[in-house]
Amino acid sequence: MLPAIHVEDLGKRYKIGVRAPDDQNFREALVGLLTAPVRRFRTLSEHAEENETIWALKEFDLEVQSGEVIGVIGRNGAGKSTLLKILSRITEPTTGRVELRGHVASLLEVGTGFHAELTGRENIFLAGAIHGMRRAEIVRKFDQITAFADIERFLDTPVKRYSSGMYVRLAFAVAAHLEPEILLVDEVLAVGDVEFQRKCLGRMREVAGGGRTVLFVSHNMVSIESLCNRAVLLEEGRKTMEGGPAQVIETYLASFRRSTGSVALRDRTDRSGGVHARFTDVHFYDADGHITASVPMGGELTVEAEFVCNQRLSRPRFLVLFINAMGQTIFHAKSHAAVDVMPDAGKGGNVQCRFPALNLPPGMYSITLRLNDSVAQRVDGLEMAASIEVTEVDVYGTGRGAHEPDDVMFMPSEWAWDYT
Amino acid sequence: MSETATDRAHAAGGGPIDPDRPTREQRVGAPEALPVTVIQPRRGWIPIDWKELWEFRELLYFLVWRDVKVRYKQTVLGATWAILQPLVFMLVFTLIAGLTNLSTDGVPKPVFYFAGLVPWLLFANAVSLGGQSLVNQQHLLTKVYFPRLFVPIAPVGAGLLDFLLQMAVLVVMMAAYGMAPSALVLLTPLLLLVTLMAGTGMALLLGSLTVTYRDFRYVIPYMVQVWMFVSPVIYSANQCQEKFRETWGVLPAINPMWGVVTGFRAALVGTPVNATELAISTASAILVLLFGAAYFRRTERRFADVV
Repeated sequence: MLPAIHVEDLGKRYKIGVRAPDDQNFREALVGLLTAPVRRFRTLSEHAEENETIWALKEFDLEVQSGEVIGVIGRNGAGKSTLLKILSRITEPTTGRVELRGHVASLLEVGTGFHAELTGRENIFLAGAIHGMRRAEIVRKFDQITAFADIERFLDTPVKRYSSGMYVRLAFAVAAHLEPEILLVDEVLAVGDVEFQRKCLGRMREVAGGGRTVLFVSHNMVSIESLCNRAVLLEEGRKTMEGGPAQVIETYLASFRRSTGSVALRDRTDRSGGVHARFTDVHFYDADGHITASVPMGGELTVEAEFVCNQRLSRPRFLVLFINAMGQTIFHAKSHAAVDVMPDAGKGGNVQCRFPALNLPPGMYSITLRLNDSVAQRVDGLEMAASIEVTEVDVYGTGRGAHEPDDVMFMPSEWAWDYT
Repeated sequence: MSETATDRAHAAGGGPIDPDRPTREQRVGAPEALPVTVIQPRRGWIPIDWKELWEFRELLYFLVWRDVKVRYKQTVLGATWAILQPLVFMLVFTLIAGLTNLSTDGVPKPVFYFAGLVPWLLFANAVSLGGQSLVNQQHLLTKVYFPRLFVPIAPVGAGLLDFLLQMAVLVVMMAAYGMAPSALVLLTPLLLLVTLMAGTGMALLLGSLTVTYRDFRYVIPYMVQVWMFVSPVIYSANQCQEKFRETWGVLPAINPMWGVVTGFRAALVGTPVNATELAISTASAILVLLFGAAYFRRTERRFADVV
C-alpha cells in the first residue's frame, strides 16, 4: 500500500545575515545589480563576505500510512512549523521530495480567510472556499457548521462584532468540517475556553478515527499522547527520534531536565519582539536570596529578570508564566495586576517576581517571560526562557506524600473533624 | 432489500459521506483515484499550472465576490463610488479644458472625457489594487495554499463590475447628448480584453515586485499618475499626434492604454483612431501579460518566505 505521506531528504535553508537578499529595497537591489561585476572581481581576490545560512529543516525523512495520526514535537525553532509549511505548499523546500496521496487541508491558524467586514454566513463560504471546499460542499455542511459553532443567531452580523470566543468557534467549526484525506494541523487547539478545547479534541478524534491521515504539531503533550499513534521529535531541524508517543515525549521532556539557576537570554533569537527592549538574563533565588536551580514544593521562589531597552518604556507590564512538563500553562503572574503603578523604564534594569509559596507538585517547569507596554502590546517575549525543578518535600511533616502523579497544582490544606 | 452506496460505506466503517469525493470503499479499491501532490524544489521559469487553476476556479469567484462585497460595505456611498470616480474626474477635466485649447475631437467635452475614463480607471485600479494585493494579504499567503495567481487577479475582476456600471452611465450620457455609436462599437469587447490583459499583466508584475521590494508600494500610485498623463485621457491622441508624429511616430502606442483609450472613444463616440497604433497597443498588452505572468510564476515560490 502506497503511503499517504512520503517525505524524503527534506531540507529548508534560509539566508540570514547583515543584509539578506530578502531584506533589500528596490534601490539597493538596483545598485546591487550594477555593482555585481565589481563584487565578483573582489571575491576572486579576497575572502568573500558570505551571508550566513541556517537550515530550518535538514535531511528529514518520514513515511506515513493512510489512517495514521503522527505527532511532531520539539522546542520552538526546531523546525516543526517549517515542516508543516512545506507540506502545505506555503513555502518551497531547498532539498528533498514530498509525495502526498489525497486531498490535503492545512490548519495552521484559526480564522484563515476570514474577513472582518463580512457576516458569519459570508465568511463560512469564503473561509471554506479558501481551505479548498467546493461551494456545493459548503452549502451541504452549512447547518452543521453553524450548529457546531453555536452562532445561529449571529449569522448575519459582521464578524468584527463577534466576541473573540465566537470568532474562534466559528473559525474552528469551518475547519472542523473539512474532509480531506490528509490533514495537517498546527496547534490550533491552543485557543478558546476549556469547553471549546474539549469539543475540538473530540472532533480531532473523530477525524483521526475516520481513517484520515493526520499530521499534528503541538506543544500540548496531553493531546499528542491521546491522539497520535506515532510521534516524531525534531531538534534543530533534524529528526532525532521516531516511535510511540509515550517514548518520544519522554525523550523530549528529558532534554529539559537540565536546569540551572541563571540563564542568559540576550542572544536568544526565538523571541516575540526584542526590538525596543529585551530580556537579557533570568535568575532564580530561594528564600535566603541564593541562586538556585530548584525549589521545594510550597516554598518561596523569586524570579529575577534583567532587561535592557533602547527607548523609554512607559509603565511596562511584566508577565511570568509557569508551564509544566506536559506543556500546560499553570498560571500567569502579572505585574499589571499586582502592582498599582509600574514606573517607566529608562535604560533597563531588573524586575523581581516573588512567589511566597510556589504551590506546584514536584517536576520540571519552564517559565515564559513577557514584557508588554502600557497598551498591552508585546515588547519582548521568550517562551521557555528557563526551567526550574520543584522538589518533593514532606510538607506536613507526616512522612506521607501530599500529592498524586497527575496533579496540576499543589494546594496546602488543613483538616478538622467532628465525630460523633 | 437493495443496498445503497451509503449502506455499504457505513458497513465498511467509513467516515461521513461526501458525495463530492469518492467513498472510502471506492478509494481502497482504487488508490489511483486519489490526487497525488508532489512537492520539490523548482528552479527558473515555471509554467502556469492550468489544471490547478481550473480545480480552484470556485475560489477565484469567491475572492472576486469578497472584494466586491467588502468594497461596497465599507464606503458610505456604496455602489455610487464606482460612478463617482469617473464623474468627478470628468467634471474637473471639463473645467480645465475650458481654460486650455485641448481638443476633444469635436465631441462634447463630458462625453469625451467620460468615455476615456472608463477603460482608464479599469486599468488604473487593476494596477494599484492588484499591485498591492499580495502584500495586503500576506496573512493568506503564509497560512494556506491556493494558486497565488488569483490574488492580484481578483481585484481586476472586481473592477469589471465597476466598468459595467460606468458603461451604463456612459450610455445614458450619450443618449442625453443624442449621440449614437457607429459600427465600430463591436470593437468594445476586444478593447476591454486588451485593457484586462494589460491591467492583469501589470498587477502580476508589480504585485511580485512589491512583495520582494517593499518600497515598491510607494512607487505604484506615482507610476499610475504618470501613466495617466502618458495616455490620451485628458487630451486627444489625434491632436497630440498632429503635433508630434514626426518626432516619435507610433512610439506612444507601446503604451497599451494609448490604443485602448483612443479605440474606446472611437468605438463609442466616433473620434478618429489610428489602426497601426491600435495594433501596436494590443501587441504590447499581450507582451505585458505574458511577461507579468512569467515573472510572477518565477518569483511566486519565495512569496511566503519574504512577505
